[in-house]
Parts: sequence; structure tokens; C-alpha cells
Amino acid sequence: MKRKKTAGDIAFDIFNYTFFAVFTLLCFLPFYYLFINTISDNDKVTRGLVLWYPIGIHFQNYLEVLKLRGLGNAVLVTLGRTVIGTALTIIGTSFLGYALTKQELWHRKLWYRFIVVTMYFNAGIIPWFINMKNLHLTNNFLAYIIPGIVSAYSLILFKTYVESIPTSLEESAELDGAGYLVRYAKIVMPLCKPILATLIVFSAVGHWNSFMDTVFLMTDSKLYTLQYILYQYLNEANSLADTLKNMSELGIHVDASRLLTPTAVKMTVSMVVVIPVLCVYPFFQKYFVGGIMIGAVKG
Amino acid sequence: MDKTVKRKAFYKQSGFRLFLMILPLLALVFVFSYMPLYGWIYALFDYKPGRPLFDCEFVGLYNFTRMFSDIYYFEDLVRVMKNTLGMSLIGMATSPLPMLFAVFLAEIKCMPFRKTAQTLTTIPNFISWVLVYSIAYAMFSVNDGFVNRLLMELGITDEGINFLASADHIWFKMWLWSTWKGLGWSAIVYIAAIAGIDQEQYEAAEVDGASRFQKMWYVTIPGLLPTFFVLLILSVGNMINNGMDQYFVFQNPMNKEHIEVLDLYVYNQGMVGINYSYSTAVSILKSLVSITLFLVSNLFSRFVREESVF
Repeated sequence: MKRKKTAGDIAFDIFNYTFFAVFTLLCFLPFYYLFINTISDNDKVTRGLVLWYPIGIHFQNYLEVLKLRGLGNAVLVTLGRTVIGTALTIIGTSFLGYALTKQELWHRKLWYRFIVVTMYFNAGIIPWFINMKNLHLTNNFLAYIIPGIVSAYSLILFKTYVESIPTSLEESAELDGAGYLVRYAKIVMPLCKPILATLIVFSAVGHWNSFMDTVFLMTDSKLYTLQYILYQYLNEANSLADTLKNMSELGIHVDASRLLTPTAVKMTVSMVVVIPVLCVYPFFQKYFVGGIMIGAVKG
Repeated sequence: MDKTVKRKAFYKQSGFRLFLMILPLLALVFVFSYMPLYGWIYALFDYKPGRPLFDCEFVGLYNFTRMFSDIYYFEDLVRVMKNTLGMSLIGMATSPLPMLFAVFLAEIKCMPFRKTAQTLTTIPNFISWVLVYSIAYAMFSVNDGFVNRLLMELGITDEGINFLASADHIWFKMWLWSTWKGLGWSAIVYIAAIAGIDQEQYEAAEVDGASRFQKMWYVTIPGLLPTFFVLLILSVGNMINNGMDQYFVFQNPMNKEHIEVLDLYVYNQGMVGINYSYSTAVSILKSLVSITLFLVSNLFSRFVREESVF
């Protein structure tokens, strides 16, 4: 039995589809605009001719930009912290979360509170900075990966998920004499794939996007991340222009349409930063609704 | 429990072995979350970087009192609090938006359209504030931004409008950016909650002759209100923690006065102005107020809904 659509229904549908079409476009258009500008003739871009579609397609910008001083290195640092940092976070946080589901854990409640409370207080930037300095974690790659090993928020999500899976499987393994590590690695982890996928994305995106820690802790340009370099390019237009001038004096650039301009650098580096996120994201998106649902129950 | 297990010394029990396994991880939590608290002591000194702390002059609570007694600092504090609370309140006033977004999205019956809209609107949440700034730059910069070019091409203006450097409506602009970035993502929790609403309620409403809007108003929205209130209470608890990434990247000499929130102020005073002790004092006060707000809002939640967030 379907009710007939009233005029109000139709008006609402029109409004609703229009609203979502416009908002979706607003979310997507800036990325498209950046992209077409990075693959168009650079002199046409400078003259403001590229608005809706690319003109004179070329991919030279992406190759040129990697030759900028420090950029290749920044790619390595960012990739390194994302891969190593995410792996450590997932292992550390999930094992801790698993241990906290065990009733027999010595002072379980105390340790759980000990961790969760850290989500709600913060010593402040200066005390945190001084602490990092005392630990010799300034100008040190380890500062990117060690502090994130235990993430309270991810831990709550993981622990809640483990509590929702039946314990019988683990119990039979326990009877076979399997210790905690074996049960964690062989039984619990394979059952937790959906939540692990969610946490991996959260953590990897967090590492990839993080830039305040570079602002605070790193003065050595060898440790700059992509995000930080992009931030510098956006703010220091003059020094960027100088760098480019030096580059063009060193190399031989005759074709103006291929010559890197400050605008081209900013846009291309932005695309380099955003493309991995755009590529990976849709594959993991289906896990989020489920993952968030768990988080919404508690936390 | 059999007695042999109970009689075993605690350090031989499996629970204690497990504790030893997680001890290194607990130590990490201590080192990175609790140890910095030691730094609060800097607020009691007139600390100058490069010198040992105890060679510096001990000033007691001077760093706290001068926030209120020194007119220069006090005016700063009032301005910063105005920015902090102003932008938080705009955020709170518009906090039903993600819920409405989810309710309306659920009314879209064309699945490919709905899926596409949901996927594309969550993407901005996964990019950094630096990138948002880069996009703002590409879209709104004076001469070569998309919007200005479009306006000039359409003949609406003759010269570029400087959207980014001006301080006009800066709170509203900041709100627009955070909504652009976060709306689709914040809606996901409500989308999950809508999926959890019992279908029988809709069927019953249909039998009673409820229209589409009545179903939205009397079934869907009441089903989402508990989630909404929990999130609202959390945002009250977080009223003075608006983070600093967004304001850090968008700040410039033109808008600084109106964009500087508490977190950014602490940074600018401490790390930029090398005013370690004063900045620490401000962040201690901020932590105390923030914990109080959180506890009060949590108590309130327990009182109203008999359910605490924490």
C-alpha cells in the first residue's frame, strides 16, 4: 500500500535533492578545481583561464614539484610516520584493549580509568613541549610515532568491539594451553577485522594529516612533513618564488607553459597531499557506520 | 574458582602476568599524558628558557594574579574568551544540523544518489586544516581565486574581493569552514542511529495514517534525540577547547584579533612570545575550568537522562 505523493512531498523532494546535490558539489568542486589547475598549461592558469576544464593537459608539474628542495624527503618522512606509526598504534592499542577485557587482569578497572581519563585533561602546550624536550624527542623522528602508540579513543572502540564477540572460541583455545599472545594474535585479531579497518583509517589519516607536532617539535628541515611544507609554501610566497627562480636558473626551462609557478607549486603539493586520502578512503567508508555505531554506545 | 588458584601468590597468577605484558604500554601513557603535569611548576616561576628552572625567580601565584590585575593581560584575556565562547556558541547553536542532515538524507530514496552524497560529503573531514586552508586559498584568494574569477567573469565585480585577509564576519567564516569540513562526517553517527530505529514504529505510524513529515517528526527525530543530547552535553564540556589547528592556519595580522581562541592564545604567548610561565598559568586555569565544565555537564546528563557520558 503506497500513499499518493502530495504536493508537499514533491516540493520537499525537489528541495531535498537540490540541497544534497549542491552541498555534495561544494564538497567535491574544490578538489576538482585544484586538479584541473595542476594539469593545465601553467601560463594559462596564471592568466586565470582555467575555471571549469583543463587546458593543454600535461603532468610535468607533478614531476617538477618532487625536485623542489626537501619535498622528496618530506614525502619519505610522511610515508614513514604513517606506515610505522599506524602499525605501532594498531598493535599497541589493540593489545592493551584486549588485555583490558580480561576480568583477571590485575587492577583492571584502575588501569582502564588511568587511560580513559587522559582524554579529558591536558597539561597544556608548554608543559607538554618541555616534557618532549626533556625526553629528547625534539628534532627526533621518534616523536612522530611513539606518543601515539596508545590512543585512548581507539582503545575504547576496540575494547567495546572485543567485548561484543563470543568468548567461547577463546576459551577452547585456552583449554588447549594457548597463552594470551597466541589467543590475541590467532583468535581475537582475525575476528576484529571491521573495527581494525576503521581504526587503521583513523590512525593513518591522523598521521598523514598531522602537522602541529612538526610546528612544535621540529626545527630540522630533514624532519619536515608534507603538510608542514605545504603550510610553509602557502605562507611564504616570496621564499617559494626565490626557490623557483634558483631552480629555473639551474635547469633549462624554455617552455613557459611547463614552468613551475608559485600557484602551480601550491596546488600540486596540495594534490600530492590529498590524492592518497581520496584513493584509500572509499574502500574503507563502508566500515565507518558500523564502527561509529560501536563508539556511539559508549564514549 | 578452585582454591589452588586463590592461594597462589598474586604475582604468579595469569592476571598479573598479563599486567606485566601491558606494563610498557601503561608506562607510555604515563610518560606522555601524566608526566607533562610536572611542567605546571613552571607557572610558579619567572622562567627564562635556557636557564635551569631553579635558577629562575620564584614568583608564587603572580602569573595567575596578573591575568586579572594587569590591564594589558586582562584585556587580552577578555578578548580571547569572547572569541572562544563566541565561536563555540555558534557551533552549539547549529548543532542540530548534522541530525537534520541525516534525517533528510534518509528521505532520499534513490540509493546511488544517496551513497554518492554520503561518500563525497564525508571526504572533507579526512583532509587536514592546512589543506582546507590551501583550498580556501585556491577558491578565495584576491586575484587568482576561483570565486573572484567567477565574479569578475560574470561582471559582478571589477576587482577581487579579499575574503581571506579581512576580519569581517570572521567567526561566521570559521563556522562555515568547519561546517564544510565536518557536517557530512558528524551526520554519520545519526545515520547509524537511524539504521537502528525499529522499523515497526514506521509501520505503525503508517497504519495510523501519518504523513512523511509526521513520521520524520514523531518517529525519526525522537529516536535521534538521545544521541543528540549526549553530543550536546559533550560540546558544553568542550566549550573552551576549540582546538587550534583551524585558527592557527587561518590566522593573519588582519584577523588575528578576532580569531585568537584560548588554545591559540596559549600557543602564541608561550611558543611565539617565549612567555613560558604565563602561558602555562593560562593553560592550568583552562584545564581546571574545562574539567569542571565537563563534570558539571556529566552530572547534568546523569540527572536528566540517568545516564552518564563518562
